[in-house]
Amino acid sequence: MSASALGTAAALIEPRTSQSRRAAAQAGERLPLRRVALRASAIGLTLIAWQLLAASKLDLGIVTFRNVPTPIEAAQAAWNLLHSPKLGAHLGASLARVVSGFLAALFAGVGLGLAIGRSRLATDLLLTPLEVLRPIPAVAWIPLAILMFPSSELSMAFITFTGALFPILLNTVHGVEGINPRLVAAARSLGAGRVAILREVILPGAAPSIITGAAIGMGTAWFCLVTAEMISGQYGIGYFTWESYTLQNYDDIVVGMLLIGLLGMGSSLVVRRLGRLATPWKGAGDKR
Amino acid sequence: MIGTHAEGRIAVADAVIRLGQGAAAFDVVENINLTIPGRQFVCLLGPSGCGKSTLLGALAGHLSLSRGRVAVDEEEITGPDPERGIVFQQHTLFPWKSVLDNIAFGLKMKGVAKDRRLEEARTYLSLVGLDGFGDRYPGELSGGMQQRVEIARVLINQPRVLLMDEPFGALDAQTRLTMQELLLDVWTRLRTTVLFVTHDIDEALFLGDRVLVMSPRPGRILDDFPVSFDRPRQRNLVVNPTFAQMKRHCLDLLRPEANVHPLPRLTPLGLSAAKRSAFENH
Repeated sequence: MSASALGTAAALIEPRTSQSRRAAAQAGERLPLRRVALRASAIGLTLIAWQLLAASKLDLGIVTFRNVPTPIEAAQAAWNLLHSPKLGAHLGASLARVVSGFLAALFAGVGLGLAIGRSRLATDLLLTPLEVLRPIPAVAWIPLAILMFPSSELSMAFITFTGALFPILLNTVHGVEGINPRLVAAARSLGAGRVAILREVILPGAAPSIITGAAIGMGTAWFCLVTAEMISGQYGIGYFTWESYTLQNYDDIVVGMLLIGLLGMGSSLVVRRLGRLATPWKGAGDKR
Repeated sequence: MIGTHAEGRIAVADAVIRLGQGAAAFDVVENINLTIPGRQFVCLLGPSGCGKSTLLGALAGHLSLSRGRVAVDEEEITGPDPERGIVFQQHTLFPWKSVLDNIAFGLKMKGVAKDRRLEEARTYLSLVGLDGFGDRYPGELSGGMQQRVEIARVLINQPRVLLMDEPFGALDAQTRLTMQELLLDVWTRLRTTVLFVTHDIDEALFLGDRVLVMSPRPGRILDDFPVSFDRPRQRNLVVNPTFAQMKRHCLDLLRPEANVHPLPRLTPLGLSAAKRSAFENH
């Protein structure tokens, strides 16, 4: 893992003010050498601590490291997986589920978010049901998802969908509500009708917020992956992780976890990159 | 009417605008009667919060009257229309559109083909002296340049009436003077009716053919007088004795009464509606 990837990861958890985000993003691109070294040594220290804890099989009573693999064992397991023909199938299956769930959530979340942000009727109709559904965790959806969808692939995509939907929906609503009413008034005075206002003002105005929601939603989609792939019979990183536990391949558990973490981080970065390409006016000296 | 062609004649009759709800409702302007012939440059002068922007909002079609009627060229105003362009004080350019696309917006709404509308937009860009800035985003321009774009964006629709809500109020003094001259220069070429809201007496006297002075809220028209200095107006007008006399007259009219607190600024969009958030705990 490169230090600059870490830098941008830090940018992901920064507070959502555009200024600090931009500053952090810039810092991630050219960080002073001293801080790069500091971040690299943080990873090193974490690995050393992990190695010491796992190798000594420390047992504190409330938590035990007896069955935790050491980083060296995990690295070996990762090396083996890398050379296994199954890796591609695992990755492909998980990516397909996450991406399809995410895309469905993107369309549904932006659509519902625009409706709720713009129309009082939609708010009254949709808000209460959505508020009830929102706190239901992905794992609670499993039985119903199996019952509702004919194929297990669809039910897995649905569970990643539930994870990604709410961050996207909430941020879209937030973005729509944050649009200056003067912009809408100006558009109307320039001859824009309802549809034109939605397309030319509301959607681009909410875009930065939608992108933030999409990046968070992409993360939560991966977050729900293990839950989703408990249903799976064969492939997927989440399935691999869960299977490793049942087969007592404890080294592989850690490999699966790290893979999910890395893929989640990577795909959130991709979403942000695409988002930056889609909003070229941001950072063009714009302070609004 | 005989021989009325679209020339931007404004008529306001017995206009009352109430804002707020229930017990908190209040009259912002009361019994405004006003006729503005086409192509006149009228400045509406009044203290902060007197309802001059609210009246402008009603003319733009963003607010409706509680009583009375407003019409342009005998057509009752029912909503916003590109024939009645409005320029706000600041921040109403679309930040995600380039300067040229901002200016071309009105033509896009009319369904004009891309090549033609961009070509037209370039003409207006040049009219406001911003050649070469078409590809920038508004956020990259200074406040004064943004207001130039704002004016070009409204004028491309060739409005019969140009409504301006303290358009230079957020600019520094030097830029403001430049913008006043630019506006007069543009206006002599396009000759649309202008209703220009300001609380700056010098600005009103320098720009207008006619000045309307409004009272503190509820706003009424206290005085209505012509300003007939030669055009093009010269900066040294401020030392002209007639100018000084008019200014003193306006100052007398606008002198705040000792026990009246200054009122918060109103906007052409009415009360700033309390921020409604769908997800309260978000």
